[in-house]
Amino acid sequence: MMLYALRRLGLALVIVVCAMAVLFGMIHLVPGDPITIALGPRATEAMRAAFLAKMRLDEPLHVQFLAFAGGVLRGDLGADVFSNRSVTTIVMEQLPYTLALAGAGLGWAVLAGIPLGCYSALHRGSLFDKLSGVLTVGAIAIPSFVVALYSLLVFAVWLRWLPAIGAGEAGDPVDQLLHLILPAFAIGLGWVGYLARLVRASMLEVMGENHIRTARAFGLPERLIVYRYALKIAILPTVTLLGVGAGNLLSGAVFAEIVFARPGIGKLIYDMAITRNYPVVQGAVLVTTVLFVLSALLADLLNAWLDPRVRASL
Amino acid sequence: MSAPASELALAAPARFTGLRRLLREPLGLAGLILVALFLLGALLAPWLAPYDPNALDVRARLEGPSLAHLAGTDQLGRDTFSRVLHGGRVALQVAAWSIGASLLLGILLGMLAGYGPRWLDNALLLLFDTVRSFPTIMFALAAVTLAGPSLEMVILIIVVTSVPVYGRIVRTQTLSLKETEFILAERSLGAGPARILGVHVLPNVIGPLLILASMDVPVVVTVEAGLSFLGLGVRPPTPSWGNILADGYAFIRNSPWLVIAGGVPLILTTLGFTFLGEALRDIFDPRLRRTF
Repeated sequence: MMLYALRRLGLALVIVVCAMAVLFGMIHLVPGDPITIALGPRATEAMRAAFLAKMRLDEPLHVQFLAFAGGVLRGDLGADVFSNRSVTTIVMEQLPYTLALAGAGLGWAVLAGIPLGCYSALHRGSLFDKLSGVLTVGAIAIPSFVVALYSLLVFAVWLRWLPAIGAGEAGDPVDQLLHLILPAFAIGLGWVGYLARLVRASMLEVMGENHIRTARAFGLPERLIVYRYALKIAILPTVTLLGVGAGNLLSGAVFAEIVFARPGIGKLIYDMAITRNYPVVQGAVLVTTVLFVLSALLADLLNAWLDPRVRASL
Repeated sequence: MSAPASELALAAPARFTGLRRLLREPLGLAGLILVALFLLGALLAPWLAPYDPNALDVRARLEGPSLAHLAGTDQLGRDTFSRVLHGGRVALQVAAWSIGASLLLGILLGMLAGYGPRWLDNALLLLFDTVRSFPTIMFALAAVTLAGPSLEMVILIIVVTSVPVYGRIVRTQTLSLKETEFILAERSLGAGPARILGVHVLPNVIGPLLILASMDVPVVVTVEAGLSFLGLGVRPPTPSWGNILADGYAFIRNSPWLVIAGGVPLILTTLGFTFLGEALRDIFDPRLRRTF
């Protein structure tokens, strides 16, 4: 287990370093002068010279990258091109909003998806099972930003049940919670479908296994068999899916944050992409990538801890 | 010469039973109809659309559906139904080019990783894993920040993010095929790597890959619409479902029709390809069921 964890951790570190190199290299790969890209064609000579010195663009590429990587290790992601504020501060201000949104989205997906899949598996072939089969495929297929737009239209514009924009008043948890409902619904809906399908499939498989038959032969109540023995095993594959899915969820959060004008990493990256503020984009994308790699790592470790067969595969 | 002919004779009825099974499955049939509608609408848009998608009629701004304008008009008085039809063309174009290029590159790199030397395999795997570690939309935002938005950029972004997925599948298949006896036999007959990969490995990996690619069409269409919605994809005034949704979002309080008209074709297309892809997969390759 220790060896597996170390190797998996090493792989994650290498991937993060490569991701840093890709993000860093992109600015030099794109045709055109990085100074013009950042400052626009109307920048004065003095502005250009100051930017050149600040971004250390006159030094060789590997020196620039080492300076950037060294900064990242110290928690310094560079500075905003225009306001000169620290990118780390800017990103950390926005991060809690996105984490709350992603957590709420995933949370409702787990609470709805797992029981749905479980119930479908136990009543295989019933009308409920067939209906939920079609609905879950539909939920997976419909793009999350269309769900966001339509739920904005229905619940905020037509019915006026829920607020449409922002994250709510600071210090007012009820207001913040109300602002969280629609975006979380939008990014979580597809995941309800994914989880329901996965749990249904693995539950069907587990219910056919020998130890379940033994439990039945012992005359244990069905409820105990399902919750104590079957569900515990059937839930394992969802752990991996959730880890990998965090990346998709972060992509979905970009749209939800923009449609509902919510602060967060996605909105930050979008706003900065529009103004071509690459240092902030680079820093924020790096932070979300690290989050994604971390959640995949956690899921893999958790899975290896739960299921000894996985450890042998890396 | 007789062997291929008998193989064909065996394969043909199998294909027809597949089609018949598809038509019997209600969801598969629904998917087939939706996909056919999407393709027809996109290919025949110039003849089906009642108006020029970019013709302005400022007096008829933000109208609801009527006989003159089946899906209403947008803030510049352009006919939304015509724009939706032409938007399907853009979606189809992006899907065809990006999936075609990703398949080609994925197969090439995947076979190289699976059949080539160990160090190349490791290097390619690391590259695949790195690219996949970026959330797609975040990566797209970073790329568009630097290069500016365009149709070509959307295609490039989709290719870069989907090649690793195909590449990994092809690599795994190639690795397992490499150890089989018929490849060993072929090698002992003196066949070079090009012949082994092209004639023997490729036909064995391409089937499941094509089904996966058809299931990726909705993802690609969504990414194009999403980026265009953000103003980072297809440039206005070119009609795209994402652009129509962006216009609709701006006027969502005055006229809901734009958002509805831009979203419905997107939903129907993604549903169609998903239902069709699932039905095809269940019929032709049930083993893929677990990987979705």
